[in-house]
Amino acid sequence: MTVADRTEPKPGPLADFADGARRSLPVALASAPFGLLFGALAIQNGLSVGDTVLMSAALFAGASQLVGLDLFGQKIAPWVIVLSIFAVNFRHVLYSAALGRRLAHWTPAQRAFGFFFLTDPQYAESEKQARTGDLSFAWYMGFACLIYGCWVAEALVGAVFGNLVPDSYALGIDFMLPIYFLGLVMDFRKRPLWLPIVGMSAAASIAAYYLVGSPWHVSIGAIAGVALAAALTPGRREAGR
Amino acid sequence: MSTTMWIIVAGALVTYLTRIGGHLVLSRFQRIHPRVEAALDAVPAAVLTTLVAPAATTGGPAEWVALAVAGVVALRGSLITMFVAGAAVLILLRNLPL
Repeated sequence: MTVADRTEPKPGPLADFADGARRSLPVALASAPFGLLFGALAIQNGLSVGDTVLMSAALFAGASQLVGLDLFGQKIAPWVIVLSIFAVNFRHVLYSAALGRRLAHWTPAQRAFGFFFLTDPQYAESEKQARTGDLSFAWYMGFACLIYGCWVAEALVGAVFGNLVPDSYALGIDFMLPIYFLGLVMDFRKRPLWLPIVGMSAAASIAAYYLVGSPWHVSIGAIAGVALAAALTPGRREAGR
Repeated sequence: MSTTMWIIVAGALVTYLTRIGGHLVLSRFQRIHPRVEAALDAVPAAVLTTLVAPAATTGGPAEWVALAVAGVVALRGSLITMFVAGAAVLILLRNLPL
């Protein structure tokens, strides 16, 4: 933080980039089946190979891409599809607000560029990296690049070789991301109010999942947990930041 | 441009808006109220939980055991250890001839 800390050798941008890329390996692996699955399903839903790759490259948001595909198949007004994509991705608003506080040392252009890559794991791992004190633009992009590159390539491979998709149930592919996200939830267990927040978000998202329906359960559950944290925190600023 | 392409472009635009929007709104404030600060600190646990809990209720014993094992491993091991452990248990249980 301070300028006086010159004694410790700071790793250069290249080392930061490599470190970020290394940390993104599990994510690239865990999301690979979904990238391929998206490509295969897109072709089945009548998209061209070009549209399929464009969608992965431009949205870079797995769940909303799959929801979008689902709606392409039916006769639904285009604006409803766009609204659904927005609804599935709404949680990013919270990521963006929370992580923005850690990016004061980036230039506005770096922020504008970097936020494009703000996926769930990108957010969670960046928060963890910021806790150790050094969330550089190079580290962030190192984490993003491998995942993004794989994601776009997988759309192409899935689109071209889609019929080769193996028995995804036996391989547990449909449940890999919940397991990975549970790990991320556990990673934040040292934060204040962690257990009440997790309990509240779990209860609210499950209730919303069955009463309101997907994808709203994500936003409803998230807002319930966040509101609980705000309610349980004293309003006066007695503790420092 | 085809309708499909328009939908993709518009979808990409609203997705980017969600990714930069929260920051754009928050950065207009000079000081952040402690309650807002606490709310933002709650974001990782609150949002990520919603990606796990409802999915867990749609699963069966295989999914529950896999999550339980992964959760316990996460207490001691790294993210990748816990992920591999959970995935291995899930695949094993789903392929058991029961």
